[in-house]
Amino acid sequence: MPYNSTLVAPMRAELTRLGVKELTNAAEVDAALGDQRGSMLVFVNSVCGCAAGNARPALTLALQHSVLPQQVVTVFAGQDVEATARARQYFGEYQPSSPSMALLRDGEVVQFIHRHQIEGRSPQAIAADLTAAFDRFYAASV
Amino acid sequence: MTGHVFHPGHAPLHGITVVVETRNQRTYIGRFDTEDGGAVHILDVGVHDLTAGGQVSKDDYIKKCAKFGVPKQHKHLIVPTADITRITRLGDIE
Repeated sequence: MPYNSTLVAPMRAELTRLGVKELTNAAEVDAALGDQRGSMLVFVNSVCGCAAGNARPALTLALQHSVLPQQVVTVFAGQDVEATARARQYFGEYQPSSPSMALLRDGEVVQFIHRHQIEGRSPQAIAADLTAAFDRFYAASV
Repeated sequence: MTGHVFHPGHAPLHGITVVVETRNQRTYIGRFDTEDGGAVHILDVGVHDLTAGGQVSKDDYIKKCAKFGVPKQHKHLIVPTADITRITRLGDIE
């Protein structure tokens, strides 16, 4: 059952204030990810502690990097259930986890950061993984 | 392990995705919850069972979970501590 929307609002705002676009239903997901071209990061948000203490701060740090994905979007697991399920259909054989981050290029997942690669790690360490992936996969496309 | 407690007030591994290897040829990968009464509780669990046949090797299963995530087969499993030979963090698997 989704949490109270008032409680979740700050967790959404932590991303949207960075310019991350929220996708809240399947149609919005299809519009963003269907026939996706260029570079995109999909952040699967979550109410859990490792989203608050690790994943969202890591994304905040990573988005200060010189090389960035052209688009950054988010779905909220457990809150926007339809949107999250639809987004996961675009992740191929990567199993659902939240929080998590999918890096796409021209519709294909080029790197996936699972919850188990987030939990217990510092935001700085996770951000370093992200920025290394930005450099590796996106440097030529921006 | 670094000694960092991920969720203060809980066991050091609480909330961490772990690989639980046992002496009964089954390996469990899931989120460590608690240890009590001589058993470990793990959540959202995938299982590799050497006795089932036809599967990939244990090492390949663990590596696949590290790269692609854990295919969840059970919401909650209880594994007797006496059966456990090793617990490692999935995040430490290259």
